[in-house]
Amino acid sequence: MIEVTDLHKSFGANQVLRGVSLRVEKGTTFVILGGSGSGKTVLMKHVIGLLRPDKGSVRVAGVDITGLEGKELTEARRMFGMVFQKSALFDSMTVLENVAFPLREKDRSLSTRDLRERVIAKLKVVDLAENVLPLYPSELSGGMQKRVALARAIIHEPPVVLYDEPTTGLDPITTDYVDEMIVQAKERLGVTSMVISHDIASSFKVADRLAVLYDGAIAAQGTPEEVRRSEHPHVKKFLSLWFEKQ
Amino acid sequence: MQKLLAAFDDFGQMLFFGLDTLRWAVRRPFRPNLVLQQMAAIGVGSVFIVSTTAFFSGMVLALQANYAMRQLGAEGYVGGSVAISLARELSPVLTALFVIGRSGSAIATELGTMRVTEQIDAMETMAVNPVQYLVVPRLLAAVMMFPFLTMLFNALGYLGAYLMATYVAEIPEGPLLEHTRTFVNPDDILHGLLKSLIFAAVVAIITCWRGYAATGGARGVGEGTTRAVVVSSISILLVDTAFVLLTVGSGR
Ligand SMILES: Nc1ncnc2c1ncn2[C@@H]1O[C@H](COP(=O)(O)OP(=O)(O)O)[C@@H](O)[C@H]1O
Ligand SMILES: [Mg+2]
Repeated sequence: MIEVTDLHKSFGANQVLRGVSLRVEKGTTFVILGGSGSGKTVLMKHVIGLLRPDKGSVRVAGVDITGLEGKELTEARRMFGMVFQKSALFDSMTVLENVAFPLREKDRSLSTRDLRERVIAKLKVVDLAENVLPLYPSELSGGMQKRVALARAIIHEPPVVLYDEPTTGLDPITTDYVDEMIVQAKERLGVTSMVISHDIASSFKVADRLAVLYDGAIAAQGTPEEVRRSEHPHVKKFLSLWFEKQ
Repeated sequence: MQKLLAAFDDFGQMLFFGLDTLRWAVRRPFRPNLVLQQMAAIGVGSVFIVSTTAFFSGMVLALQANYAMRQLGAEGYVGGSVAISLARELSPVLTALFVIGRSGSAIATELGTMRVTEQIDAMETMAVNPVQYLVVPRLLAAVMMFPFLTMLFNALGYLGAYLMATYVAEIPEGPLLEHTRTFVNPDDILHGLLKSLIFAAVVAIITCWRGYAATGGARGVGEGTTRAVVVSSISILLVDTAFVLLTVGSGR
């Protein structure tokens, strides 16, 4: 479903990605682990065409995203829903307007009532009730914001959902909840997911396959079991911190 | 040297951004609701400050003009000279400067915050062009509200001048109004309004760009806002001088 090949990206002298290749199969969850500042967000922004690579390609459902512009890029983006690191809800809009936004922009003929009903249905999926509809993001807790962001990302039922550090900064209960959501989205809706994380516990829970990003390249890639047995010194160190605690 | 190059690069990007905004302005979907919302944000909130400033400027201008003209025994020209200063210079320029302080800074902060909290990226991933959704309505609203506020400045400025001239300086009303009519042409008002249109575009693009290009968290947003205010204020003065040189010239 997603195929990243030899991706390079620098910002000025800062070489962030230096040859990243990976493959995400349809209907699976792929987790990218890496330390803070390792380029995970940059990588994900290439997948959805927010950034252009210096070299390399990103193919999604057979289409090379990196070459697209204008209308075609817009069309290609409708395949995705993305949950941003800090939720990125529009703070000038209510929950209703936020979640309805992608639908309303996709089909401007939808009635207010239709939109509202579909928003309520999606909020139910993330365990939020109708009473949050008129609230503004600033009136919600971090965990609730994350759920609204999730509802907004899946409102148009995209085949691919991208999660940028979905559990960073959340309490343990909400973290478990979000992990469960990711698994549910795969099992119930059949979505293909790409999850960025530096949370090892979460990663091993949700991943079908997993990659460790280090120094601008993939240091290890495979099933969680394979990655756990990796001989790469950085990967060993990165994982041992957590496995020792278990 | 490095800084100078960076400034040129930034200026180039801003021009490109401005052109991009024009390109998106003529494309569907049009969003009249957002334009109205921005017109309210720029307009309604500025009415008070613009009216107050205009009224007081008009009053002191009348007194100053009276002080100068009385020495020539020409106090009947107070109304005309104040009206012409307002219409051609003070109304468009002061209106622009006040709106920069009030709305321009708000635009830079709002878009800057949306940039650093990834709201702009999020919008883009939802297949909505942020330039079209965020920048175009602000540009259109500014282009409509600047001339309106400039006219308001003209009206209240003249009212202030009239009241001061007749009641305080005790200039006879007849010659005052008479000379205003012969002195001020529709051309003078148009000159001012045309400038306010240009100012509107300059201010909207600069302040939106400073927000749109913000980086680095709350601090970056603050810096962007400061730059937006400084750069757009100076640009207004430069554009004004250039415009006057080009249209009026040395005054042949
Ligand atoms: N738009 C940008 N312009 C310049 N540098 C950037 C930009 N986006 C990210 N970077 C840099 O790229 C590096 C990786 O950032 P990021 O992908 O956000 O890290 P993370 O793995 O924590 O998500 C950082 O050094 C960051 O400063
Ligand atoms: Mg990140």
